[in-house]
Amino acid sequence: MELTIETLVFAIFSIITLAGGLGVVLARNLFRAALMLLVSLFGVAGLFVLLAAPFLAAVQILIYMGGIAILIIFAVMLTRGMVRAHKVMNEQWDVAAFIALVAFIVLLVVIIQVAQGDGAPLPQAPVADVTADPTVSLGASLLDPAQYVLPFEVASVLLVGALIGAIYVARDDEAE
Amino acid sequence: MDFQTVDWAASLLAILPEILLTILAVVVLALDAIWPESRRRKLGVITALALFGIALIMLIFSAPPEGELADQLLLGGMIRYDILTQIFRTMVLIASALTCLISVDFARLGRRGEYYALIIIATIGASLMSASADLIMAFVALETTSISLYMLAGFLRGDERSAESGLKYFLFGAFASAIMLYGLSLLYGFTGQTNIYLLAEGLTSGRIGDLPVLVAMIMIAVGFGFKVSVVPFHFWTPDVYEGAPTPITAYISVASKAASFALLMRFFMAVFPSYDAVWVQMLAVSSALTMTLGNVLALAQKNIKRMLAYSSIAQAGYALMGVVAISAQNGAGMAAVTFYMFMYTLTNLGAFGVVVLTSRATGSEAIADMAGLSRRSPALALAMTVPLLSLGGIPPAAGFFGKFFLFNAAVDANFVWLALVGVINAIVALYYYLMVVKVMYVDRSADEEKPIAISASYRWALALSAFGILFLGVIASPVYNWALEAGRGLLF
Repeated sequence: MELTIETLVFAIFSIITLAGGLGVVLARNLFRAALMLLVSLFGVAGLFVLLAAPFLAAVQILIYMGGIAILIIFAVMLTRGMVRAHKVMNEQWDVAAFIALVAFIVLLVVIIQVAQGDGAPLPQAPVADVTADPTVSLGASLLDPAQYVLPFEVASVLLVGALIGAIYVARDDEAE
Repeated sequence: MDFQTVDWAASLLAILPEILLTILAVVVLALDAIWPESRRRKLGVITALALFGIALIMLIFSAPPEGELADQLLLGGMIRYDILTQIFRTMVLIASALTCLISVDFARLGRRGEYYALIIIATIGASLMSASADLIMAFVALETTSISLYMLAGFLRGDERSAESGLKYFLFGAFASAIMLYGLSLLYGFTGQTNIYLLAEGLTSGRIGDLPVLVAMIMIAVGFGFKVSVVPFHFWTPDVYEGAPTPITAYISVASKAASFALLMRFFMAVFPSYDAVWVQMLAVSSALTMTLGNVLALAQKNIKRMLAYSSIAQAGYALMGVVAISAQNGAGMAAVTFYMFMYTLTNLGAFGVVVLTSRATGSEAIADMAGLSRRSPALALAMTVPLLSLGGIPPAAGFFGKFFLFNAAVDANFVWLALVGVINAIVALYYYLMVVKVMYVDRSADEEKPIAISASYRWALALSAFGILFLGVIASPVYNWALEAGRGLLF
């Protein structure tokens, strides 16, 4: 593998992602862990840019960083005692670390085996129309009945269900 | 295979039940907003009738397209509409209709539109799970069911056990989904395909080694293992089943399990046929462990819901025997699983329906407090006895044929040891099922003079389930032949 700008950028964003992920797991303070999650998600957004998927990168930043991570931080800050909690909750971390290590090695072997293969090129995704604007083709394939319209619509049903449940759980008892 | 041409009529007919279910969910929510509290008791009855109606409409108007695999793969290959889909959809729709009927008088949820809307959404997911032929569709459908059920399990706000149940179900479920998703994404990475039939072609091309495929397969199997609660992924089951509102316990134990079995069979048959030597052995061991552990632990239970929870673990073990028998390649294994899930749906809903009524009358879920039920309400005691006999596998209840087909399929597939384990387990299990019958009929209680009132919707639900169990126990062949046709459809 030769050193190009792309591999360099890939390395930088990978390091950001991995360091952020490690930070989430290792931070003793829940608040700091939530901040590290932001870092990790930012690294993933960078990887999306590198893969020529700017739309996914924007979604990653807007929804994951701007929405979900911020929501987690709010939840941590609004829950009494959580910001200052320094007690380590994961007392079985050594077991977990061992299992994670084994899983990592297995997956590494898997990925190396697949990547080496027998030299045949990796198969292309069925809808990879590289010439078109990726955002346009993403939108078109989501609403194309010969592609992803059904899961797309079912996802909206799923979200309505989640919304109903969230409202039900969060509603005040007096309002009943 | 080419999915670019869209056959509109066939596509819309194939998802007709889901379209009608979505409309129904909206209607239920609207009625909930319009109607005053006093009229909302009708919500459950209306939902149940509509669900039965949708099942009928599907059976009458929307037959699966005849022909080859390519004709049955619709909407871009997202779903495969075949007889297996149809039969499992029927099961899921009946299960949710009966769940609505036994929820009507349940305190704090029987009159809530949100509750029924969530059941309908869970049903949409379960129905699509049984049809999915694509990784994306399968996962979205699976999550639609699971997320609705997490909320339903914790629906009794302020009740600690219900909250614990909802949270535990959510945490275990999310964990299982994550592992499964990792496996699915590996498969996508190996082949660049999400359709399970195209994916299988990519895997058999020989470019991918055995180890990567096995790792992906094990991860996916772990995810399914959680969903159908087989050993060693069963830990969540007793607590979730005990804490959830009883009608939801019934729903989780039948609809979500049945749909998961449908997806499991379709998935493993389509994607990993060349690895069946591995996964059949894996599932056989899991099946034996699941039956044994479920039954042994059920023996000691004092709480009827916990006992039925362990019993449902054991039942999943029996059903897994049919999946193991897939290796016989004659469709009998799949037919046995399908028939078993069909009768198990009616059976468990009947049993839990009675538990709803008795626990409301006695204020307790202890088995001992069901004493004297035959004197308080002979009909109710009978409505409990029939499902218990069916779970135990005694004729004339349907469970007898259910187990018979499974054991038969296992023997045909040269898994005689597994069938033997199954038979021994069935005998052990009889003890605790008959124990409940004994408590109901022989033991005396101080409240024997107080009859238990049963409202019309419960009477219908229990009568339907008892009738269905006895009908399938006497005339099993129509449903079994239907299931056999479905099973053969998966072979190619």
